[in-house]
Amino acid sequence: MTMNTKRRVFLKGSMAAGSVGVAIGAGLLAPQAVIAAWNEKAFQAKSVDDALTATMGAAANTASDAIKIKAPDIAENGAVVPVSVSTDMSGVESIALLAEGNNTPLVATFMLGAGAIPDVSTRIKMGKTSDVIAVVKAGGKLHSARKSVKVTIGGCGG
Amino acid sequence: MANSIKIRAKIKGDTTEVKCLMTHPMETGLRKDSKTGKLVPAHFINEVIAEAGGKPVMTAEWSGGISKNPYLSFSFTGAAKGDEVKITWKDNQGGSDSETAKIS
Amino acid sequence: MKMTQLALTAICAISATVVMADKKATDTSPAEDLKVYRDYFNKRFPGIPLNEFGNGVYAIDKVSRDSWEAIEEFPPYEPMIEAGEAMWNKPFANGKSFASCFGNSPAQRKNYPHWDAKRKMVVTMELAINDCLEANGEKPLGYNKGKIADLAAYMAYQSRGQKIDVQIPNDPDALAAYNDGKAFYFARRGQLNFSCASCHMESAGMHVRTDTLSPALGHASGWPVYRSKWGELGTLHRRFGGCNEQVRAKKFKPQGKEYRNLEYFLAHMSNGIEYNGPSSRK
Ligand code: HEC
Repeated sequence: MTMNTKRRVFLKGSMAAGSVGVAIGAGLLAPQAVIAAWNEKAFQAKSVDDALTATMGAAANTASDAIKIKAPDIAENGAVVPVSVSTDMSGVESIALLAEGNNTPLVATFMLGAGAIPDVSTRIKMGKTSDVIAVVKAGGKLHSARKSVKVTIGGCGG
Repeated sequence: MANSIKIRAKIKGDTTEVKCLMTHPMETGLRKDSKTGKLVPAHFINEVIAEAGGKPVMTAEWSGGISKNPYLSFSFTGAAKGDEVKITWKDNQGGSDSETAKIS
Repeated sequence: MKMTQLALTAICAISATVVMADKKATDTSPAEDLKVYRDYFNKRFPGIPLNEFGNGVYAIDKVSRDSWEAIEEFPPYEPMIEAGEAMWNKPFANGKSFASCFGNSPAQRKNYPHWDAKRKMVVTMELAINDCLEANGEKPLGYNKGKIADLAAYMAYQSRGQKIDVQIPNDPDALAAYNDGKAFYFARRGQLNFSCASCHMESAGMHVRTDTLSPALGHASGWPVYRSKWGELGTLHRRFGGCNEQVRAKKFKPQGKEYRNLEYFLAHMSNGIEYNGPSSRK
């Protein structure tokens, strides 16, 4: 459809590219790229350290200015907090994204394949005010950055 | 679940930026239904695979901590205008969907 | 709940200076009202271009605007616009379609709400959608969310950039409907004894608990809205209901006379602002 002309003025992006694919039915075709099973242990861990150990193999990491986290100082609604993580480090293998104050802190891991640039964005849920933590695995070592996000409960407003 | 993924893929210089939006409830399993008071069963995308030209460029694993109707963007090099990007998600209940888009 | 009450009481104290509320709805004409409200908001929020008010609280709250822009980058309502487009294109059982009721164009936002002299009532776009369904032997849709919001999202999207231009014709019944909406807006109600104007005029820009209150100006422009809180699209009348309930007043039926007249008044106040729905909100 012709959405390009009507996007919000501040948006420079264009409408979704016309999709040329056909959706595959539930579970019919297992994509070949999937080898690893979902890391249940990491995602159910109650602490940042346990989660990191389970997903990155270790919890110890060094803080790094080279990792940039973009997230709001105050989340409008904890249900949808836009977060971006990027770094100019070389040799990045994976990125873990955690919300320290969540019941289970690990929210996402991103395994970078050939050509991938360490620059990802998503939207996460945050149960309460806490730090968002990004842990980057590069050259076998763990580096991290954190940014505090204030979460207020959107209790009023119908 | 057809058409649960929307993709925008744009190349600038040698970098392709892909943005996608998936339609999915992303239930953590901890939320109570406001009417019945019962816990809504966990139902969330736990894996997203991005491929370009048939090769995986990124695999993400998620918890139910990703917002409802998830958004994901990432970038990579090595593709050209007109190449196909393919996004596949799988969820914890065995559901999955997949969609392709041409890089513009 | 207790905290809400405290915060609201605080507002009550602040908003002792009532600018417009004490007058009777019939004291001034719609044109005079428009000028008063415009001046009031211009003074209250100097330097903000008129059209910016169509972005609700994000016109005045820089902090939340950043998140909003990030979400609008690929807004969660986009798939719903497509669902609405499919509805628009799908023929009814009788072979006709929505196009037959809407002059073949989905870009209808600018025509609603309007005064229908024959029916002697305010007709909103959602009402017209259901009228169309019923005229063609189809089942009407629920007014708050779901399919009607999808279709309204598609129609609003196709209408982006059209300006709100609500006319109050020189007809005593039309004027009465407008005044009814106005009286509703300024009437205090509910256990907390708040009017719409207490929050969205007198206290616009101030905080109620965790919310910054958006100015009434522009309130009719961005619908339907995908609220993160709802996790789905909702209509303007759904929001009216929510705002009534949060001061513990009873809510009215969506598309009932009260809310249609309220929409008539509210949209008129925003004349000149572009329709920019659908929108995302927190
Ligand atoms: C106790 C304060 C309060 C009262 C009274 C109140 N509202 Fe609201 N209203 C809010 C809050 C808080 C929000 C969400 C933040 C915002 O956008 O202002 C909101 C949002 C809205 C919105 C959505 C604005 C947007 O851009 O998304 C509309 C429309 C609205 N209110 C209309 C009304 C109407 C009409 C009334 C009277 C029936 C009313 N409100 C009464 C507090 C109030």
